[in-house]
Amino acid sequence: MNQDIYVVIEHLRGQVTEISFVMLAGARELAKGLGGNVVAVLLGHNAQGLTGNPSAGSGQYLAADKVLSLDHPALADFTSDAYQKVLAALIAKDQPRAVLFGSTSIGTDLASTLSIKLGLPMVSSCRSFSADGKFVSQLCGGKIMAEGDLPGPTALITMVPGGYKAEQGQSTQSPTVTQVEVPTLETLRVTLAGYIEPESGDVDIAKEPLLVSVGRGIQNKDNIVLAEELAQALGGTVSGSRPVIDQGWLATSRLVGKSGKSVKPKVYLALGISGAPEHVEGITNSDTIIAINTDPAAPIFGVAKYGSEIDLFDLIEVLTGKVKQSKGG
Amino acid sequence: MNIVIVVKLVPDLVEELTIDTSGIALDTAWLRLIINEFDDHAIEQGILLKERGGGSVTVVAPDIEGVDDVLFTAAAKGADRLIKIKGDFAGVNNHALARAFTVVVKELQPDLVLTGVQANNDLDGSVGPLLAGCLEMPYIGYISGVSLGEGKSRVHKEYPGGLIAEMDVTLPAVLGIQAAEQPPRYVAVSKVRQMMKTSTIEERTASGLDMAGGPTVSRMFQTEAGQRATMLTGSPDEVATKLVGIFKELGVL
Repeated sequence: MNQDIYVVIEHLRGQVTEISFVMLAGARELAKGLGGNVVAVLLGHNAQGLTGNPSAGSGQYLAADKVLSLDHPALADFTSDAYQKVLAALIAKDQPRAVLFGSTSIGTDLASTLSIKLGLPMVSSCRSFSADGKFVSQLCGGKIMAEGDLPGPTALITMVPGGYKAEQGQSTQSPTVTQVEVPTLETLRVTLAGYIEPESGDVDIAKEPLLVSVGRGIQNKDNIVLAEELAQALGGTVSGSRPVIDQGWLATSRLVGKSGKSVKPKVYLALGISGAPEHVEGITNSDTIIAINTDPAAPIFGVAKYGSEIDLFDLIEVLTGKVKQSKGG
Repeated sequence: MNIVIVVKLVPDLVEELTIDTSGIALDTAWLRLIINEFDDHAIEQGILLKERGGGSVTVVAPDIEGVDDVLFTAAAKGADRLIKIKGDFAGVNNHALARAFTVVVKELQPDLVLTGVQANNDLDGSVGPLLAGCLEMPYIGYISGVSLGEGKSRVHKEYPGGLIAEMDVTLPAVLGIQAAEQPPRYVAVSKVRQMMKTSTIEERTASGLDMAGGPTVSRMFQTEAGQRATMLTGSPDEVATKLVGIFKELGVL
């Protein structure tokens, strides 16, 4: 057993994902307090290029003390069975103090099963670490935070974005890479058949300068037209949060957040959106967020510049009228 | 196809949440529990699979206040068997819950186990992959589409930005559902009431709830929402006027 913090680097189709850098930043904070090293764990096939991008202006190497590279054709793309087998062997052998995974489609497929398989404790949705090694996790759609000591001997942790900036996990220094032997990978129960590209929507909301975005608070499909009228008056586009898309009230191409698009409009007007972490993840690059929500405790007010607790149905038509009036005058 | 769906109840986030006097847990006195919305999608997906290819759907839930409603609603939607697990589930973590589910799911010998990909009160992992670990079955989460073949299933797994991976998994397997292929169906209250009279909830008893594997919380606190936003107040007319002023200031109007 040692004090090292392992970070399972996530990559998708040849690109290291942003959460990997966020985790490296978190790992550095934790390692500083514990006196261990930050170790990036890279599973892939011919994936050495992922340790850094020397052509990027500032140099975007993984900010790790060392990289453990586990190379095998079956690890080229993420599949839960192969990745889990390889990580189980590595964690059991090295016994680091903690292993960080993304709270993502990749990391959550791994951490919990490894917790059972290895009999190790696990913490989900960790946002940050305190200097004395405590975890701080977010619960209940970001409304509640839970803090506690890092469980031992090896804590398996899934991390959400928000606590650290990706740049903090990037370095101009190329890390040392050590090859680690991969166990035999036979009779895998999960295999990748292929990828389906995102539907090319009618508009690319990631490029729109003004978004009128609706959440569960819009209540039903018939009310979408109210948001469309406001968006039209403002010269913007309608987007939505996950529940609205899942209900089929808006096309998937209009989805903002973790499973949809990250947007960066000049103005993001959130109507009836509570601001669950999965949604907020996709809007933090907006210039100005304005939130309308009747729930004073809605986390969206924590990221918005302007807010109002007014009922959106009392407001929306009046606002559309005033916007039209203002343009006409 | 024998499909088992495991569900749990979670705090309704529409209600106000408060921390109890211990400072390490939610105050349950005023807490309203509802079905985890992702579990609701898992039920829908299970029923869609049954409608397409036949088989049976069993829904399993821990005995928590409100569970009968959840189970009878599932029956009204088309579930064939309802099972509730008796035991003291107050304050129990997902490791314990997954272990309790494991005993019942083993008995049911399913071809496929579905559950929600996550829940709003997960602090020690999610039920789906924990259960898969206990059952030694493969697991895939973030699923938004399932089709069944001979001894295997092809699923759609979601990645950011709308990218989908098509994966094949050998059965039996546990799948964590992000979204069913169609929105969870609505059932009339009268139909749920009818189920209360005609269907039965079977009971099993959890033999001890082992919470090993979860962290110990030393402090719980509310995030200070509303701190940063400048709040606009007044009548709809006044708020609208202020917003028009802000739009102009930001140069979008």
